[in-house]
Amino acid sequence: MGIKWNEIFVGGDPLLVGSQIAIVLTVVAIVVGLTYFKKWGWLWREWLTTVDHKKIGIMYILSGVLMFFRGGIDGLLMKAQTARPEMNFLDAQHYNEIFTTHGVIMILFMAMPFLIGLMNVVVPLQIGARDVAFPQLNALSFWLFFSGAMLFNISFVVGGSPDAGWTSYFPLAGKEFSPGIGNNYYAIALQIAGLGTLMTGINFIVTILKMRAPGMTLMKMPMFTWTTLITSIIIVAAFPIFTVALALMTFDRLYGTHFFTLSSGGSDMLWANLFWLWGHPEVYIVILPAFGIFSEVIATFSRKTLFGYTSMVVSIVGIAFLSMIVWVHHFYTMDAGPAVNSFFSITTMLIAVPTGVKIFNWLFTMRKGRIQFTTAMLWALAFVPNFVIGGVTGVMLAMAAADYQYHNTLFLVAHFHYVLIPGVVFAVFAGLYYWWPKMFGFMLNEKLGKYHFWLFVIGFNVTFMPMFFLGLKGAVRRAYTYSAESGFAPLFLVSAIGSIILAIGFAVFCYNIYWSFRYAKRNVSHDPWDARTLEWMTASPVQFYNFAVVPEVKQLDAFWHMKKRGETLTLKESDIKKIHMPSNSGLPFYMAVVFGITGFFLVFEAHIAAAVAAIGIVIGLVIRSFDYNDGYYVSVDEIKRTERTWRNVEGGTENHVG
Amino acid sequence: MEHKSKYPVSHVVGFFFSLILTFVAVFVALKMNVSYTIVMWIIGSLAVVQAGLQLFMFMHVTEGEDGKTNVINMAYAVFVAIVIVAGSIWVLTSGHAAH
Repeated sequence: MGIKWNEIFVGGDPLLVGSQIAIVLTVVAIVVGLTYFKKWGWLWREWLTTVDHKKIGIMYILSGVLMFFRGGIDGLLMKAQTARPEMNFLDAQHYNEIFTTHGVIMILFMAMPFLIGLMNVVVPLQIGARDVAFPQLNALSFWLFFSGAMLFNISFVVGGSPDAGWTSYFPLAGKEFSPGIGNNYYAIALQIAGLGTLMTGINFIVTILKMRAPGMTLMKMPMFTWTTLITSIIIVAAFPIFTVALALMTFDRLYGTHFFTLSSGGSDMLWANLFWLWGHPEVYIVILPAFGIFSEVIATFSRKTLFGYTSMVVSIVGIAFLSMIVWVHHFYTMDAGPAVNSFFSITTMLIAVPTGVKIFNWLFTMRKGRIQFTTAMLWALAFVPNFVIGGVTGVMLAMAAADYQYHNTLFLVAHFHYVLIPGVVFAVFAGLYYWWPKMFGFMLNEKLGKYHFWLFVIGFNVTFMPMFFLGLKGAVRRAYTYSAESGFAPLFLVSAIGSIILAIGFAVFCYNIYWSFRYAKRNVSHDPWDARTLEWMTASPVQFYNFAVVPEVKQLDAFWHMKKRGETLTLKESDIKKIHMPSNSGLPFYMAVVFGITGFFLVFEAHIAAAVAAIGIVIGLVIRSFDYNDGYYVSVDEIKRTERTWRNVEGGTENHVG
Repeated sequence: MEHKSKYPVSHVVGFFFSLILTFVAVFVALKMNVSYTIVMWIIGSLAVVQAGLQLFMFMHVTEGEDGKTNVINMAYAVFVAIVIVAGSIWVLTSGHAAH
C-alpha cells in the first residue's frame, strides 16, 4: 500500500534504540499488569468509555503529567548538549528534532491538557451543574486530543521527528527542504488534537452560558469560570485558523500544492502570518485559565473576596480582544512596513495594561488578608514576581525597533519561559494542590509539596535567568552548539545546572503523587481549605452526579456565604428527586483509534490505506447519528444512600485541615 | 423590540428600505458614469447595509432570550473575520514582505 517499511523504524542512535526498548518494555508491562490484576474490564467501564467530566478531567491531567515528563526530557537533553561548548552529545539534526518536539509537546500536549483537565473537573462543579453540556462530545474531545498526542509522540522512534521548530516555518517545513515524513507528523497529529480542543471550546461556552445554577448571573460566577468562558471563546475564534493553516500545510506536503512554497506563487510568510494569528491567541488560551486558578487560590488563602471583581472581568475580556490583534509581533523582522510594525507594537504594549490591573488586584486581595502559606498559595505568591519579569521583558520585546536586536536570541526564549512557566506551570501546580482533595478524596502531602515548590522555583530561575544575559550577548536560539571563544560557556553551564534542579523538583512532585496515593489520610473534609466556591459544597471525591440538589446562588462566593448562614449541609430528603445522567459510550474511544490509524497512514503518505481507514471515521459518525440512548435516571434511594455516607462521616464545615 | 400592535411595522419598514437600497444599487450600476472599482465599492457597501437591515427587521436577531447573545456573536464574528482577512492582507502586502 505504498508504505516504505524501511523508513518507519529509526535506528542507529543509542539514545533512540534505548527509547525504543523502553517503550516496548513499558507497553508489555502495562498489558501484563492489566491482565494479571484482571483490570481490563474496569479500565473499559470506568475510564475508556466514561463521559463523566471529572474522570475526563483526570485523564487530561494524567496525560499532562506524562507529556510534561516527555517534554522535560527533551529540555534536559538540550541543556546537556549546550552545557559545554562544542559538545557532541547530540548532533545538529537530533537537536533540531528535540527543540521542535519540546515546544509542541509543552504547549499543546502539556499546558493545554493540564488546563483543560482542571477546567473539566472544576467548572461544572463551580457553576452547580451535573456535567458539561455535551458529555459524549467531551469524551470525544479528550480522545481526539489523546490520539493526536500519541501520534505526535511516536514520531521520534517511528519515521523521524518533525525538525522545523514548533512554529514549523515555511519554506523549511515544506517538502523541498524537509523531504522526510517528520513534518507530516506535525501537520496531521496537531490537526487531530486541534479538533478535540475546538470541541472543548464549544462545549464549555454552552455549559457556562446554559447550565449555571439558579441565581448565578454572569457577574456572580467564580473567576475561574469566567476565565474558562473567555478562553473557550478565544479557542473557537482562533483554532479554526490553525485548522485551515495545517490543512494547507498538509496539501502542500502530501499533494504538491503551492500555498506556502517559494515557487509557483506560494507565500512562505503566509504560513507565519496564519500560524501566529492562531499562535498568539493560543498563548492567552493557556494563560487566562491560569489567571483564573490564581484568582481562586489567592482569594481562598487570603480569606478575602477577590479584589476588583468587575475590573478582573473587564481585564480578561480586554485581554481576549487584544490577543487577536497582536500576532505580528512574532515576526517584526519580516519587515512588513513601518505602519504595520508600529500598530502591532502599540497593541502589544497595550496588553500590559489589563494584565497589570490583574496583578494589582491580586496584590490588593492579599492586602490585609489572613494569608495561609499552603503549597497552593506559595505557587501563587511565586507567580507574581516571576511573571512580572516575564511581562516586563515582553514589553521590551514589544518595541519593534528594539526587537530587531532581541529577535531569535535566547533573550526571547528566556522571556517566554518566564511567562509560560510562572503563568501556566505554577498555576497548574497551584490548581493541582488546591483541587486534588476534590478530585481524589485525599490531599497531596504539604511537606513534599514545599520541597517541590522550592526546588522547582529555584531551578526555574537558575535555568532561565542566565538565558536573558546570553541572549543580550548574542547567543541565538535553536543553535545546537557554540564555540569556546564566544564566552557563553559559564552561563550555559549555570543554566544546565538549573535545569537539573528543576527536574529534581518535578521528580519530587511525581513522588508526592505516589506517596499521597499510598499513605495520605483518606477522610479529608469536603471543604478542607475553608474555600469560597460551590465545588467545595459537595463530597470529596465528588459523587458522580455532583450535587444531590442543585444549590441556589445568591451572591458571589456563594458557598462562603452559605457557610456563614449555616445552611450548607442541611439537605432535606424530601428535596431529593431522581437525577438524569448521560450513559457511557465506547464511541469516542473508537473514534480516537480510527483517527489515529488514518493519521498514521497519512503521515506515511499511504493514501489508499488512509482512505480505507477513514471509512472507519464515517462509520463512527453514522453510528452516532443513530444513537438514541438518552441516558438514565439515578433513583432517589441511591442518592439518599450516597449522600448519607459522606454527610454522616463529616458533620460540619469546621472540619478543615489547611 | 417588543411590538404590541398587530400591524407588522418593522416588516413594512424593512421591506421599504430593502427596496430603496436595491434600486439605488441598480441605479449606481447602470446609470452612474463612474469607474468599475467605485461601482463595486458602492454596491458592496449597500449589500452589507441591506444584510444588516434584514437581520434586524426580518430575522429578529435582537428578540427572544438569546437576542443579546446573537448580536454579540455576530459583532465578534465580524471582528474576527476583519482581523483575519483584512489584517493578513495589510501585513503581507506592505513593506519589504511583499516584494
